[in-house]
Amino acid sequence: MSTEAIRLDGVEKSFGAVRALAGVDLVVAVGECLGLVGHNGAGKSTLMHVLAGALLPDAGTLTVGGAEPKAQWSAAASQAAGIRCVFQELSLCPNLSVAENARITHASLRGFGWKGRARALICAKLDEIFPGHRIAPDDEIAQLPIGQRQMVEIARAFTVTTAPLRLVILDEPTSSLDAVAAGQLLSYIRKETTRGTAVILISHILGEILATSDRIVVMKDGKQVAARPAPAFDRSSLMAAMGSDLKEVEARGDRWQSPKADAAVVVRASPQREGGGSELVVREGEIVGLAGLAGHGQTRLLLQIFAGHADVDRPVAFVAGDRQSEGVFNLWSIAENITVASLRALIRRGLINVAAEAKLARAWRERIGIRTSDMGRNILTLSGGNQQKVLFARALASDARIILMDDPMRGVDIGTKLEVYAMIRAEAASGRSFLWYTTELDELTHCDKVYVFWNGKISDSIEAADFSEQRVLRASFAESGA
Amino acid sequence: MTNPRLLRAALPFLTLAIVLTATFYVQPRTMSYFGLNLMLQYAVPIALATIAQMFIITVNDLDLSIGPFVGLVGVVAATVLNSSPVLGAAALMVCVLAYGVVGALIHVRNLPSIVVTLGLSFVWLGISVTMLPSPGGKAPAVLKAIMTVQTPYVPFPILAAVAIGLVVHLALMTTSFGVVARGAGGNPKALARAGWSMLGTKVVMYMLAGLFGLLAGLALLGLTTSADAHVADRYTLYSIAGVILGGGEFIGGRINPIGAVVGALTLALAGAFLIFLRISPDWQIGAQGAVLIIVLALRALASTREKSL
Repeated sequence: MSTEAIRLDGVEKSFGAVRALAGVDLVVAVGECLGLVGHNGAGKSTLMHVLAGALLPDAGTLTVGGAEPKAQWSAAASQAAGIRCVFQELSLCPNLSVAENARITHASLRGFGWKGRARALICAKLDEIFPGHRIAPDDEIAQLPIGQRQMVEIARAFTVTTAPLRLVILDEPTSSLDAVAAGQLLSYIRKETTRGTAVILISHILGEILATSDRIVVMKDGKQVAARPAPAFDRSSLMAAMGSDLKEVEARGDRWQSPKADAAVVVRASPQREGGGSELVVREGEIVGLAGLAGHGQTRLLLQIFAGHADVDRPVAFVAGDRQSEGVFNLWSIAENITVASLRALIRRGLINVAAEAKLARAWRERIGIRTSDMGRNILTLSGGNQQKVLFARALASDARIILMDDPMRGVDIGTKLEVYAMIRAEAASGRSFLWYTTELDELTHCDKVYVFWNGKISDSIEAADFSEQRVLRASFAESGA
Repeated sequence: MTNPRLLRAALPFLTLAIVLTATFYVQPRTMSYFGLNLMLQYAVPIALATIAQMFIITVNDLDLSIGPFVGLVGVVAATVLNSSPVLGAAALMVCVLAYGVVGALIHVRNLPSIVVTLGLSFVWLGISVTMLPSPGGKAPAVLKAIMTVQTPYVPFPILAAVAIGLVVHLALMTTSFGVVARGAGGNPKALARAGWSMLGTKVVMYMLAGLFGLLAGLALLGLTTSADAHVADRYTLYSIAGVILGGGEFIGGRINPIGAVVGALTLALAGAFLIFLRISPDWQIGAQGAVLIIVLALRALASTREKSL
């Protein structure tokens, strides 16, 4: 048996003029966890789609387990070769139950009693990876929150029926998971690789990559630019290899001077499920973080404020984190997606002033650095990170003084993040207030104040000066351990 | 009701119960074996056509040609099938195969099903009118015998409806094939990534729709005993309404076979009810539309509560 799980030689793929993969050579050994990092647009997603059989390479060869695949490469051939993918956009059928979704990826779950076998299969794997997951096999996917959906999708990728499991590709698997579930997943990956399964882990959270991978490959502009054993990398050398500006990252820790104790209060809200007690206060020019485990009431509070069920003093805008379902208008151009929140200001004599609209969109392309040559193109031509920038531009271009952000950095590359962080600071300095729900602890260091949520309530409020990750974690788990 | 999900599942039955009670109240004599038989006999072809429509809706398409197709089947069965059974059966087989071809065409060329099937409805109608310019023909005796069978205790239409609902429920909601079919409506991309053939799934679903359209045409002919190209024109709307009344949704692979049959029964009953109220047939479509709107409004209410929980 070959020690190679999969091997790519000189794989190329172009979309029109864009060269997504410019000759990739990649070997993943049996039982290896390979970390794959790179900016959005570095070609990671294209590479994954090639491995999954969703795209055919223009050139190059693909070898599975030391032999060339016999049949034409396709999604079915990839499945049969034991390659599983967890894509960034969820690929579960929302109208089916958890067990039925397991059936979709396992052709052998058929005949009499298939449902019982499907239930047992997916439950066993969920229990193994995410103990205490509270997901029932007959739950409909649409009824589950996004974090649990991701758990189902991950567990499904690791289930085995007839085809042996060779390689699992996880594309941003922790983007919607809370800290506990993410930790459970990473330790499971370590365990699974010792059984001989190869794993490709793609993540923008470098800590995860460094701690979990055996070897790390850095991609840039469709090519592999660095590949070393994980211990040979650290945060800064990884960043350097990816080509992002290291200084900005180091500067992240120090906040600019902004104790705004005397500024006007713009939002005063208390979570509706709470019987009195601690409330949330946002002042003008403040960046307020909402922390805690995913799904503990942060989004609900943002929506409550957005709907006006709180004392809100200024116009409000909302930046969605779930881009596909509540962020972008799929059929609209980039420009239209930016200006939609500002249309009232663009009306002249009852009609939209098209010239002013185009000007506004152009201005925001420059300010926020959206990478496109033509703002008239469809929004979906942009990468995920750039789509998210458009959503920021939409909120910032409007007259809103309070910006609500619902975990907006999900699956966004580090370069984009840094640009957005800088913009949030600049906007806050000019008097805008931000309410920022995030699942990444790192991002809380940008906030003037952090409210930690537990079970729909605010369990702690931390001023920037007293901020520590330990305190956030403590408050996140405050009562759940009891 | 405390559980909105339960409310939603119960809504088709609730609607049927309300319409049934109203009918019994207006015309107590219908509360009998004979009365129910008479009122519900046309529910059988409507239920079959509704199921046919449901197969198409499962894969996120819509069939605007099912009514004329049911009419065509009736015409073929009342003429060719009657005179030369082998040729007739072959012709009907071709009709079902044609549905599969249409499904393949819609998928491969990525055409909007509404446009294709709307065009097709005129094709079916054209063939029917050419074969049988004026109402006539004769239903095969066996069809008449089946549709007028007197079952003990429970009228035949009710038994038939229960059987149709259960069979399709088992096939679509509990088998492993049914999961793939519904998944094709829920997330086609995911299904293709898992290695399933979307083309194959769509062709099968379209052919199943053709098969149930065929059964609907035969059942209807068994009741009317002679054929008319236009006899089932209204079935297109009935079938869509039945699926939606039964708790199905236009997109996303969310369907409910038993609910769809109940929806078809409700529509058939509503027709009878409006006749008892002496409402002119001209107003009936409007009145049925009103029923539909009320039910959909109730459902929207239920799903908002579902979300807020």
